[in-house]
Amino acid sequence: MKKLINSPDTVVTDALAGMAAAHPSLAVDLENRVITRAGGPTAGKVGLVSGGGSGHEPLHGGFVGYGMLDAACAGEVFTSPVPDQMLAATKAVDGGVGVVHVVKNYTGDILNFQMAAELAEDEGIEVASVVINDDVAVQDSLYTAGRRGTGATVFAEKIAGALAEQGGSLAEVAAVVAEVNERSRSFGVALTSCTVPAAGKPTFELAEAEIELGIGIHGEPGRTRAPLASARDITAIALDAIGADIPLTGNLLVMVNGMGGTPLIELYGIFNEVHRYLAGPDVRIARNLVGNYITSLEMQGFSVTVCRLTDTLTDLWDAPVDTPGLRWGR
Amino acid sequence: MDAEFFRAWLAEIAAVVEAQRDHLTQLDSAIGDADHGINLSRGFTAVQAALAQADTPTPGSVLLLTGSTLISKVGGASGPLYGTAFRRASKALGDAPEVDLPALAGALEAALAGVQKLGAAREGEKTMVDALAPAVGAFNKAVAEGAPAGEALSALTDAADAGAQATISMQALKGRASYLGPRSVGHEDPGAASTALILHALRDVAERPPG
Repeated sequence: MKKLINSPDTVVTDALAGMAAAHPSLAVDLENRVITRAGGPTAGKVGLVSGGGSGHEPLHGGFVGYGMLDAACAGEVFTSPVPDQMLAATKAVDGGVGVVHVVKNYTGDILNFQMAAELAEDEGIEVASVVINDDVAVQDSLYTAGRRGTGATVFAEKIAGALAEQGGSLAEVAAVVAEVNERSRSFGVALTSCTVPAAGKPTFELAEAEIELGIGIHGEPGRTRAPLASARDITAIALDAIGADIPLTGNLLVMVNGMGGTPLIELYGIFNEVHRYLAGPDVRIARNLVGNYITSLEMQGFSVTVCRLTDTLTDLWDAPVDTPGLRWGR
Repeated sequence: MDAEFFRAWLAEIAAVVEAQRDHLTQLDSAIGDADHGINLSRGFTAVQAALAQADTPTPGSVLLLTGSTLISKVGGASGPLYGTAFRRASKALGDAPEVDLPALAGALEAALAGVQKLGAAREGEKTMVDALAPAVGAFNKAVAEGAPAGEALSALTDAADAGAQATISMQALKGRASYLGPRSVGHEDPGAASTALILHALRDVAERPPG
């Protein structure tokens, strides 16, 4: 394993300390591993808290700031944070009108956020939890853990953050998170695995000319293994899978996201293919993101996330945001 | 079985999980995200530190501190699930200073019920329940039939081992392995494997000669 770390045990706290040093707009509680806005809670504004395992940077800590999250909890690499962290974050951002938890659909995240919400309610803070489950690679079923939360989390945090900033109520902010989730779908592809620092070796092995289709964001293997193909063909596989689940029509918000180890030249190549694929009289890529937003350590690969916009969602997307990971309009 | 016995069990779990850390992580690499051994090792090490600092006069208090520490330190799914298991077992034991076999059976039953409720998992879904449920069933049956401790505990670990082995041929329906669909078949579930280790530790401590 070759990594730029001091030790596997300190990788998360070292990165959090670095974020604190780099971004004076953030306050970092190193003991609880919670990142908040430096100014403290905004009175009368709904708080927006998310969190999850580390290794997905800039998600979630890089999305704390004006117009997006109020706090993020960082777990160990690829491991959900614990309820104590989420409670600390919830208390730190409570502006008196409730806190929304944005939870990616993984068993660990669900269980820990559920416990945290109960603890917060015991302390008199109203919490609304919304689960993100946008990954079409997983068959949805009442009897399984269900679909994973992936790229739509970025969209939901941005759009809900804007609504909270505009004075949306707890119910309204929670509802817009759910709306973005319902209107969004993702599909991921890996060219390589990645190495969890404490594990020391790659989670899985791929041969030189093999790719994994339908991956999540934890270096876990995907649904199927396939031979390497052209950017055009791989993009078609991803968008075919998404298009089988939601109509790819109207105004779309599209993210081509790098998994951490993919050069931007390739991500733009993929976006070019997405742009070609989504050409037609009844479809328009109204907004886009190309870059590394929700990663899986140093994995090579990409995911594509599509959200079917409404005028309201577009306005909220365009609203000012000022975070380390996303910044415009301010 | 008194508080000291349960503290010895937790010490044995910490040692065994540390020794099997890489094996558990390896199992998790195949169908999950390669951190199960790492997380449990961190959790049970933290339990040792917590037990060393606190006064735990009863078996119930040992298990309560264990459960709370696991929930606070582990994260992922295994933290809340194992944490809940120990907390439910603690509640079942109450303030009793000594625990006999029927009380232990009741505590294990409560632990299983807690895990199943929180994780919404049933047998056959390739989770820790596939080791815990048959183990608890076998142990309770043996205790109800008046089996001596050694025999009942062997029934417990035999059923746990068989249950963990049986997960190899299962397709995962819960947890992160479920994302693999049919590709999850052919691998032992890491949670079932760690459950079997924890129950083996119980038997090993019980069979240890006194002193």
